[in-house]
Amino acid sequence: MSKLMSAKTKEILLGPLAKNNPITVQVLGICSALAVTAKLEPALVMGISVTIIVAFGNVIISLLRNTIPNRIRIIVQLVVIAALVTIVSEILKAFAYDVSVQLSVYIGLIITNCILMGRLEAFAMSNRPWESFIDGLGNGFGYAWILVAVAFFRELLGSGTLLGYQVIPQALYDAGYSNNGLMILPPMALILVACIIWVHRAKDKELQE
Amino acid sequence: MENVVSIFVRSIFVDNMIFAYFLGMCSYLAVSKNVKTSMGLGIAVIFVLGVTLPVNYLLENYVLKEGALAWISPSLKTLDLSYLAFILFIAVIAAITQLVEMVVEKFTPALYNSLGIFLPLIAVNCAIMGGSLFMQQRAFVNIAEATSYALGSGVGWLLAIVGLAAIREKMAYSNVPAPLRGLGIAFIIVALMSMAFMSFSGLKI
Repeated sequence: MSKLMSAKTKEILLGPLAKNNPITVQVLGICSALAVTAKLEPALVMGISVTIIVAFGNVIISLLRNTIPNRIRIIVQLVVIAALVTIVSEILKAFAYDVSVQLSVYIGLIITNCILMGRLEAFAMSNRPWESFIDGLGNGFGYAWILVAVAFFRELLGSGTLLGYQVIPQALYDAGYSNNGLMILPPMALILVACIIWVHRAKDKELQE
Repeated sequence: MENVVSIFVRSIFVDNMIFAYFLGMCSYLAVSKNVKTSMGLGIAVIFVLGVTLPVNYLLENYVLKEGALAWISPSLKTLDLSYLAFILFIAVIAAITQLVEMVVEKFTPALYNSLGIFLPLIAVNCAIMGGSLFMQQRAFVNIAEATSYALGSGVGWLLAIVGLAAIREKMAYSNVPAPLRGLGIAFIIVALMSMAFMSFSGLKI
């Protein structure tokens, strides 16, 4: 186990959570990050789906990396991803139909999520399967936690609920509090991500442009 | 015909790819640093959307949908291939962008020089795939509607990226707090533009 979890693999796993975050630093996969975060539940499901797909896609491409001809590698990568996304989408339709309806086209859009292509191209094509798997997990988690953070604030302030349960007490509404409808609309997702970037870069000066 | 025009206008202003659905955000943020290149990318997106969406529409209606294969033989009426949609759509998009790239290179080298670098990028642009998936979801009644949706979405995307690029060019002269510089402020600008576009949402045509 100690060999499997060397300092390097730890770095591969933890780097994407903050210093090399796919959304706030590498600027990959923003489309879905913004669109599915109006509620916490779809954001969680989306984060888990992307983590699974990027981890297994990385392993498959890493196993195939010496047999894929260089000229057609993009098509091969797309087919692998599309197959994995189809499996995940069918599973969601079977076991979590409501969420899959809420996610609508964005599950299909995982195929064109730049995180996947980016990791397959930059990491899995030149590394062994185990490291690629860890890299996929790391990037998936890095993506998921931003989604969950944004969705947490949007659902709490926009609908007063978390995962569908009422969190803000009725007494507060009676006292004149009301939900901020703007939080559910698309622009607030952008502003929240901008705030995360702001805090992140204020703490980590190396990242400033 | 009225319907076609209404779909066109709605997809530019109300259902704007960027401001309402955040499709194609990655290249949108990465390329919008000056007006000229973003114009090139925008035109390439209109072009590829306008070609791939009608093809995927035919694919959806004559191959994938439940009962769509009935035109081959009535015994195929119960066949539902819609689970293959993702793979086929992305394959069509990748193949067509490749084809378009070769055709443009052969016949109009000038256009190729301005679009060339963007065409391969577009195969993985969410806006293209998203267009096809929305087409599948909305079930347009004929190919004219699907094409007008494609062109409208493309024009909306072009409008959004050129607008952002113009603002970002001017931003060079302003004093932004250091941690927000670059990406952070770009997000906030997009958010403000998106709020401005929300005023179109009451549009009835």
